[in-house]
Amino acid sequence: MTWSIGPDAIDDLARGAAVLGTGGGGDPYIGALLARRAIAEHGEVTAVGLDELPDDALVITVAMMGAPTVMVEKLPTLESIIDPVRAIGAYLGRPVTHLACAEIGGVNSTIPIAAAAVLGLPLLDADGMGRAFPELQMVLPTLSGISASPLGFADEKGNVGVLQTIDNSWVERIARVAAVEMGCSVMICGFAMSGAQARESLVRDSLRRCIGLGSGIARARTDKLDPVTRVVELLGGRELFTGKVVDVQRATTAGFARGTATLQAVGAGDDRDLTLAFQNEHLIASLGDGVSGDEVLVTTPDLIVVLEHDTGEPITTEGLRYGQRVRVVAAPSDPRWHSPAALAMVGPGYFGYDVPARRFDGTTAEGVSVTGVPAVTA
Amino acid sequence: MHIGIDVGGTNTDAVLMEGATTLAGVKHSTTPDVTTGIVQAIEALRAQHAFTGPEIRAVMIGTTHFINALVQAKRLAPTAALRLGLPATRSLPPMIDWPQPLVEALSARTYLAHGGYEFDGRPISPLDPEELRTHARDMLAHGIRSVAISSVFSPVNHDLEVRAAEIVRAVFAEGGPDGPTDVAVSLSHEIGRIGLLERENATIINAALSELAGEIVDGLTAAARAQGITAPIYLSQNDGTLMDEGFVRSYPVATFASGPTNSMRGAAVTSGLTTCAVVDVGGTTADVGLLVGGFPRETAGEVKVAGVRTNFRMPDVLSIGIGGGSLVDLDTGEVGPESVGYRLTTEALVFGGSTLTATDIAVAAGRADIGDATKVAHLDPVFVQKVLARIAERVAEAVDRMRTSPDPIPVVAVGGGSILLPDELPIFGRVHRPENYSVANAIGASIAQVGGEIDKIIAIEPSRRQETIAAVKQEAVEKAVAAGARAETVDIVDFDEVPIPYLPGNATRIRVKAVGDLEMDAR
Repeated sequence: MTWSIGPDAIDDLARGAAVLGTGGGGDPYIGALLARRAIAEHGEVTAVGLDELPDDALVITVAMMGAPTVMVEKLPTLESIIDPVRAIGAYLGRPVTHLACAEIGGVNSTIPIAAAAVLGLPLLDADGMGRAFPELQMVLPTLSGISASPLGFADEKGNVGVLQTIDNSWVERIARVAAVEMGCSVMICGFAMSGAQARESLVRDSLRRCIGLGSGIARARTDKLDPVTRVVELLGGRELFTGKVVDVQRATTAGFARGTATLQAVGAGDDRDLTLAFQNEHLIASLGDGVSGDEVLVTTPDLIVVLEHDTGEPITTEGLRYGQRVRVVAAPSDPRWHSPAALAMVGPGYFGYDVPARRFDGTTAEGVSVTGVPAVTA
Repeated sequence: MHIGIDVGGTNTDAVLMEGATTLAGVKHSTTPDVTTGIVQAIEALRAQHAFTGPEIRAVMIGTTHFINALVQAKRLAPTAALRLGLPATRSLPPMIDWPQPLVEALSARTYLAHGGYEFDGRPISPLDPEELRTHARDMLAHGIRSVAISSVFSPVNHDLEVRAAEIVRAVFAEGGPDGPTDVAVSLSHEIGRIGLLERENATIINAALSELAGEIVDGLTAAARAQGITAPIYLSQNDGTLMDEGFVRSYPVATFASGPTNSMRGAAVTSGLTTCAVVDVGGTTADVGLLVGGFPRETAGEVKVAGVRTNFRMPDVLSIGIGGGSLVDLDTGEVGPESVGYRLTTEALVFGGSTLTATDIAVAAGRADIGDATKVAHLDPVFVQKVLARIAERVAEAVDRMRTSPDPIPVVAVGGGSILLPDELPIFGRVHRPENYSVANAIGASIAQVGGEIDKIIAIEPSRRQETIAAVKQEAVEKAVAAGARAETVDIVDFDEVPIPYLPGNATRIRVKAVGDLEMDAR
């Protein structure tokens, strides 16, 4: 199905992206402004479903890499978003035909819309994760053996580079250093793939899903229905916890914002606290007061989303603070994230937590229910 | 003695203070020209408690005038926004997300120029003086009278904003065919925090209000002088500190949220509590704020003013739909958010009306003696108690949402609707009810303290954390002294340290606020 992304879709998309950002992914405001600006100057963006994609297409994913905190000060330029795409086209010796989002969570849902508008290229209704993750190689195409390099990257000063590496982890290592040197907010593109490869390795319909989430929250509020329940329905997840933020601890470790948030239960039921462990995104939700020895409910790669209690507005890990009334929703990630190879890349162990991966419904990756937590099927 | 005045949309409240003692307090209608109402309020004070002009050491005024001017888009100066940061930021020029009528009301022009810094203080590109002169000449040619200058990462290094201002001023001083022209310049690093668009927006608003600020200050000064008062005039800022006349002329935007702030500060001084939750109950809403060390806690995120996204220092206030005029549902006992508002005195049962309001419930419970209590005698006492318990529960929950830690915190109630609150709140216990609650705003305005704030990103070496933080705190103290605080009274009242993801070298955003007593005699 082919459809058109106009300026009116941007707000819903940005809100939905904040939900799928699971606490990370950056403030979508600047990305939304860029997308609206690009659409105003260059026209609406054509969104293309994976099934309409020709096999011989040249698809490339577009994203921002760096610190969201820098992006709110040193605003990105549309030129810097398209420079890497042009560089990759030149490097490969043939033009890029379609763009895609590397991740659908946070600011990186809207940056590719801006790129597509300026370049006049169609944008796939698909993305590389179905959520947000902190590192560049953490996309499903990596699991399909698709190389992140050649990776194009550019800053707003006009510096452009193309990186060719031996594997996707090296792209992350080298590009991260370059990004810091270039001012800590660069635009990148990579994971060049054919139409057939895109169909196999990307998450389908993620733009529409994102817009549906955003408009679903807004419409539920207008209709005086519970927006959180709507989010649970749309994500096929379950409501994990209702409570109050009573403690947030943060520290920067190895360049990432790591921390924990403690939520105290409000109302009847389990009187144990819920602890959320995050590294930009929420990674682990467990009952008790710490990660070890507690009852782990849900872990990465499934989605752990914190929503404002009444309005259903998503809250980022940077926005968490004492006294907020919140509800925590757990939802399934793309099934491909639960293979052993994927778990090695984005499971709790990768982030330094010695706990097995737990699905949104309390089961393990093998489908075994964990004691005390009823398995829920979506 | 000193005088505190709060000019609200409806009432102008004024108090005559001797230290922390209220000698006289009056409520007066706000007049369209503001100053007439102030003159009348001062005269009413004098009638209550005689004083001579020279006895008054200071006049402190809280006013919503500037924010009203912006919302109504009236008397705004032709303004230019000049941003330094090219080649960065050019895709999102100044005022990109503004409501179009407001852009037109400012006769606004926007300019981009080279300059700006990276997060760590490296330059993005060097300043180009000739480029700036060209822009300034274009401003001059288009009748611009006020300029807002912003530069990327100016909270880290503001040198370029200062240099750009010199260049712009020099061009206006040379002037056009008609000779030298006056220009007001507002610099973003003095106005807002990190977040370029929001800081720039606040700076543009400030610039647009610069001429009005001059007129208002002249008017207020004239009003005081006409009463024989020779003392300096101060206006209260969003954060509850004061600014002198010169500061108001430069930073009118800093008065924007002084209304709720003054109410909270007044509640603090009249109750004798400096760290507490304040519940201000009006006719339609109950506004809950938090005082920490005598100052309102501020919002962490962005605030929209007249449809413009900004990052002003604003008090964090949670409003819930419970007030004296709130409708009460006879079936559920739920209160608000619908209210009879100003029609309370005709529509409430105790005033012979036919609408059951929260005030009727308070009268039925014997908490207040308003109107005709026999008109609510028929209400079921069990129902009345249920409604009051529900109000107490919701107010307690709002206070709980606002507090920053699980530690107990006292609750102070002010405002006409505070009769709805019980003497004991769930979770929090006794409710403090200060005496002069009806003029708490003006008392809040009269509290003479000044402050300085620093907000910047610093790479902290782990071994030098303590001394780095100490240096930033010292910087805030010096800023407070520069603003008029007596050095020996200055304290750090707020400190916040947030590590920044993805940045190397332990880059940390640090915010410090220092506050001290106003040096009254030196001025």
